[in-house]
Amino acid sequence: MRLFGIAAFALALLTTAPPVLAGGEDVVIEDAWSRASIGTSRPGVAYMTLQNTGAEPAVVTGLRTNLAMMPMIHASTTDAQGVTRMSHMEEVKIAAGEAVALEPGGLHVMLMDLQHPMVEGESYALSVIFADGTEATIEVPILGIAARGPSD
Amino acid sequence: MTRLQKVLWAAVAVAVIAAGGLAVYGSRAPEVATDTASSVSAAFELTDHDGVVRTAEDFRGKWSLVFFGFTNCPDICPTTLGEIAQVMDDLGPQADAVQPLFISVDSERDRPDQLAEYVPQFHPSILGLVGTPEQIEAAAASFKIFYERVPEETAPDGYTIGHTSQVFLFDPDGGFVRLYGYGTPAPEITADLRARIDAHG
Repeated sequence: MRLFGIAAFALALLTTAPPVLAGGEDVVIEDAWSRASIGTSRPGVAYMTLQNTGAEPAVVTGLRTNLAMMPMIHASTTDAQGVTRMSHMEEVKIAAGEAVALEPGGLHVMLMDLQHPMVEGESYALSVIFADGTEATIEVPILGIAARGPSD
Repeated sequence: MTRLQKVLWAAVAVAVIAAGGLAVYGSRAPEVATDTASSVSAAFELTDHDGVVRTAEDFRGKWSLVFFGFTNCPDICPTTLGEIAQVMDDLGPQADAVQPLFISVDSERDRPDQLAEYVPQFHPSILGLVGTPEQIEAAAASFKIFYERVPEETAPDGYTIGHTSQVFLFDPDGGFVRLYGYGTPAPEITADLRARIDAHG
């Protein structure tokens, strides 16, 4: 629904207070996981939950990992006809005290340009970069290729 | 109020009205495709991941679970493939009565050998199918599915593909039975299939 995206953006512009932002130290990242890849030619994926324990909103503006040259947040959205599309998210806002879930079928980290295959049982470091310049680095476990959640 | 603010509020207002409309009609959304159920059919000629040309008739005698995607899809497609893999595991011996088919809508990148290294990794029973752009178009028309190539700078090769993400169930005679919406939990699909297989004998 592009219309709602525009509306949400418009509403955000109208209601945004001068930016005082929470950052890496206030955001707790949990339940991170990835699926194994076959080789490096296709993009990998990572999921996690970001809990903002701070009193101000936190904004994720980027990601960094040695595993992939271009890690970024994408959103899958499914319309009323059952058609799913993917779009790039420049940033993801986490309201104070709220959590944002990156999970299958919604927001997810797309790992483009894999530098090596993602092997089940291994893990890799992923840094989440916030608008205030701080970062939070987590270790993401790589689960099986058919995993559907962090406990698979 | 500035001109910009007026425009922005207008955008919000339009969305609110549209949301109202969706609330009325959107709740019927899963039935949209079912409305056309009588015209959904599985007619196709595609090449499987072993390089064998296949038509729908080849899968008569089994319940077919058909879904669409592309192997460069990092989120939706592996999730559905994983879900179907779980269903096939959970069905136990009854899995013999079910054939999952993953049809790629990305003829540009997905050749049979690419599907061969990808699809069976999820479950050995899942068969990947792909064809020429014309063959995929013909299959899509038969299944009444939608797919579109969308330019996306941040995606591999500069494009992504929006596509129908439901799973289609066909009976052993090739008749369309139902859709499972994206994200239907594996146990729900398994239970539904069990009941149908038991009833069908």
